[in-house]
Amino acid sequence: MVLVSDIPSRVPGQPTPFQRHRGWILGGVSIVVLLVLWQLCTAVWGLTKEMILPAPLTIARSIGTLLVSGEFWHDMAVSGQEFAIGFGLAIVVGLVLGLVMGWFATLQKVLDPFVNFLNSTPRIALAPLFIIWFGIGIWSKVAVIFFGAVFPIVITTMAGVMNLDPLLLRAARSFGASNMQMFRTVALPGAVPYILSGLRLGVAHALTGVVVGEFIAANAGVGLLMVRAAQFYDTPTVFAGVVIVASLGLLFTSLLGLAERRFQAWKPSKS
Amino acid sequence: MVLSPSARDVGTQATTPARGSDFVVLKAEGVKIHYWVERDRAAFCAVDGIDIEITEGEFVVIVGPSGCGKTTFLDAVGGLRKISSGRLELEGEPINGPGPDRAIVFQQASLFPWKTVHANVAYGLTIAGKHSKTEVKEIVEGNLNLVGLAGFGRSYPSELSGGMQQRANLARALSADPEMLLLDEPFGALDAQTRDTMQEELLRIWSVKKKTALFITHDIKEAIYLADRVVVMSARPGRIAEIIHIDLPRPRSLSIRRDPKFHEYEERITALLEKGRKK
Repeated sequence: MVLVSDIPSRVPGQPTPFQRHRGWILGGVSIVVLLVLWQLCTAVWGLTKEMILPAPLTIARSIGTLLVSGEFWHDMAVSGQEFAIGFGLAIVVGLVLGLVMGWFATLQKVLDPFVNFLNSTPRIALAPLFIIWFGIGIWSKVAVIFFGAVFPIVITTMAGVMNLDPLLLRAARSFGASNMQMFRTVALPGAVPYILSGLRLGVAHALTGVVVGEFIAANAGVGLLMVRAAQFYDTPTVFAGVVIVASLGLLFTSLLGLAERRFQAWKPSKS
Repeated sequence: MVLSPSARDVGTQATTPARGSDFVVLKAEGVKIHYWVERDRAAFCAVDGIDIEITEGEFVVIVGPSGCGKTTFLDAVGGLRKISSGRLELEGEPINGPGPDRAIVFQQASLFPWKTVHANVAYGLTIAGKHSKTEVKEIVEGNLNLVGLAGFGRSYPSELSGGMQQRANLARALSADPEMLLLDEPFGALDAQTRDTMQEELLRIWSVKKKTALFITHDIKEAIYLADRVVVMSARPGRIAEIIHIDLPRPRSLSIRRDPKFHEYEERITALLEKGRKK
């Protein structure tokens, strides 16, 4: 008896389990290799001083110490509050301004010079000014964060509305849609992909605003914690701050990634 | 004195003309359309005097080379573009913007990609806001059934083939229940075999719905196969070269394209279009 299967065990183009999860596997391996080398160079072979470049395990220990201290959580709460208020305002103002500027050409022409000017300024340079205006409490940081995040959101949202498919607008109009109905049924959903990438850019600017704003002047916050640690040459704590801020950035970006997938179920899958 | 409702009814009945196959749905008289071309800093005359009357239930196809103003004219009928002179009337009323009495079937890719097929087909009804949810559902499902898309209501346009997208496009126009169906090269982007099927399907649906139809194409065979009358246009300026009655029996199957009479029409229209080009 001859056993012949119709389906070959492997078909060209069929990925092996490794190929299917290659991104995760290779990414994970490269991180581990880097951390091990780093640990060897610093703690084992002693090529650098802890004060210059602390070992990964030392940084991990610093993070642990921070996480159990009450002071750190107070700093986190202050920074979190600044971020939430500043970024929240930036989203509201950015979306509204971006949508109306994209929809009303006249308004766009009137406001564009200001938006362009402020968007091209390195806005973090305005931080000292905000401290004069709003003091060293949270509101100067809220202002830094707001100004950092609002322009990318305005500009991408506006681009989203201005780049709407004219065919779709024509179709909507042919069915007798009013301007308001066209805005709601075509402009808003059509701009969503742009809006989400604007929010991504905004998050990065907002996080920079939190940390750098606090570097300049603050009562409390993660940025202040890092500056203080640096003044005492407590390098492991500085690194701990970097890791924590970076992780938060990663968290927000992946949350937005989830939102993107949720809102773009209609897009053809890239297979 | 207040008129009783019944008395008013009698009054309106008397003024409404009896509708039949000679009732004029669309009337164009000396219609000219200009638009501004910023690159040339000059007004361009796209349509230079169109006269035509389209009667109830008629299928009229405009055929002409690109740039002959046929789409511009259809846009004007749809209310998407203003005419610069002449008269353009729908059931005796001048056309003044888009309205629920006309629906356009566009070329491909005019379905809203973020809406399901069902929501797309319901679009006109949602905009008008005159029907309850259950009514909308009923109308949409009826039309999806009619165009052969039953069961695809939950799909997104990107999940449909080109032919199926145009079926959905047609269903969207039909759902608005217009007096007149305007079709702007709806099968232009389809492959030849799908186009054949869609032409047959369109005639089947048209015979069910009995809508007055104005269809734009540059495909001569498509024009003859579909039309009661073919309007042949010449380009620059856009004018009617000739209107040809297509005297082929209905219902028509695609095999009618092998009929000697079909070939005669084809040769005549080809000759007219060639003459228009040489001018």
